[in-house]
Amino acid sequence: MPVSVVRGQKVWQRRDRATALKHWLGWIVGVCLLIGCGRIIAGATNWSFVWDAPRQGSEFLGRLFPPQWSYMVELGRPLWDTLNMATLGTLISIGIALPIAVLTARNTTPHPLLRSLGLLIIVVSRSINSLIWALLLVAILGPGVLAGVLAIALRSIGFVGKLFYEAIEEVNPAPIEAITATGASPAQILSYAILPQVLPSLVGVSVFRWDINLRESTVIGLVGAGGLGLQLDAAVNALQWSQASVIFLVILLLVLLSEAISARVRRAIT
Amino acid sequence: MLRLENVTKQYGSRLQALHPISLEVPAGQVLALIGASGAGKSTLIRCINRLVEPTTGQIWLHQQEITRLPPKALRRVRRKIGMIFQEYALIERLTVMENVLSGQLGSVNFWQSWLRRFPPATITAAFELLERVGLPELVDRRADTLSGGQRQRVGIARALLQNPNLLLVDEPTASLDPKTARQIMRLITELAEERGLAVIINIHDVPLAQMFAQRIVGLKAGQIVYDGTPQGLTPNELTQIYGEEDWSHARDSESETKVAVDA
Repeated sequence: MPVSVVRGQKVWQRRDRATALKHWLGWIVGVCLLIGCGRIIAGATNWSFVWDAPRQGSEFLGRLFPPQWSYMVELGRPLWDTLNMATLGTLISIGIALPIAVLTARNTTPHPLLRSLGLLIIVVSRSINSLIWALLLVAILGPGVLAGVLAIALRSIGFVGKLFYEAIEEVNPAPIEAITATGASPAQILSYAILPQVLPSLVGVSVFRWDINLRESTVIGLVGAGGLGLQLDAAVNALQWSQASVIFLVILLLVLLSEAISARVRRAIT
Repeated sequence: MLRLENVTKQYGSRLQALHPISLEVPAGQVLALIGASGAGKSTLIRCINRLVEPTTGQIWLHQQEITRLPPKALRRVRRKIGMIFQEYALIERLTVMENVLSGQLGSVNFWQSWLRRFPPATITAAFELLERVGLPELVDRRADTLSGGQRQRVGIARALLQNPNLLLVDEPTASLDPKTARQIMRLITELAEERGLAVIINIHDVPLAQMFAQRIVGLKAGQIVYDGTPQGLTPNELTQIYGEEDWSHARDSESETKVAVDA
């Protein structure tokens, strides 16, 4: 009990003695663990490489500069591919995730078994990174943008679906009751009472995912799924560092742009 | 018009929200259902349109028994039962007009409601109702920009657009200030009289119930303990319904009653 009586006065403390001791013990164990792990990592590090790092780093930077600006012209097509992979992948994932979310949300699911199925799909999709999806799909479909689009879509279904169904579960039940009481059909209840309530989160989540997917689609090219990543891979393999730096800059601009667009869209929807 | 026969509701294995309740409401009657929180008022009115499924018993609306109707027939019956809620239960992000029109969802198909293509007669009726409840200039406003009293008026218009025979009203004034509460109660009872509707109103506020209802039913722990006129509701009867309290002063003003009831 945090309340004790000392000389007739009631005293309140945040924790009683036993709990306070447990907290201290927890801290001591945590700090010991940190120091122990640090020693193991230090022992396994080749320190001569680390001391050499500043020189290596500055040499690397020197190779990046000056960027070969003329290379920018060749990046138009890969940039367009990257943009398409992100956008199409996101759109496909929304189309698939929306019905899954309705089947999965506790308050709209027609049957608990369908809810379990929906959760399974979402977990599987989420647990595999888009880079791995891309690896698998490039092996199946061959390299190219199609594999990239599908990789982005498959990874996004879980993310978007999870956030969609959580949004559906958080709606205010009162309007649903009111619309049900008017004699509306289940589809009308979904479209008239639930959809308007979740629309801002649907749009917010979709744009957020599109924003993430733009970045991911620059990476999945590394395993052959088209776009800027493919170009970057080629440049690095050919040791064309002045080209790589141009690609880095383009990716940076792309991300800044998507950041600005998604922020604006989310602000517009209330 | 409405007849309940031995309606019960059991939540889980322990909680019996309603003990067998039998009640008959003729057309045109305004009935106030009073009782402490948890007495089963909300459960009872929700059993009537089966937002809550009654466990046993029968409910007759006109000549139709509705406790065992399949979904489609149930939706047809619900169209004839309007409902008004404590927290208004409007769809916040839709406009006033869309909210009012939702009262006719039962008579249009999915695509008509998706595209908001309601029949012209329905739209005319909606305009008339908005005029009647005093909100003609707010048609295009979003519901979340309205005040409490205005929202409840939209809720009333939505319920009446259904052309109901029966109005179920769940604590219509609990979130409103005393003046607005009276105005809303007056509006509901006036409209009911104009259209000859039977009304069941759940209400906490005893003086307000006495002022506007023709009949008072007191519910305690899922059982009817009073059924009579507003005048017959003496301190004795109130003790029956709510438990021991000094009721003699409570009837002087609304605010005191609220305190007494809540205590």
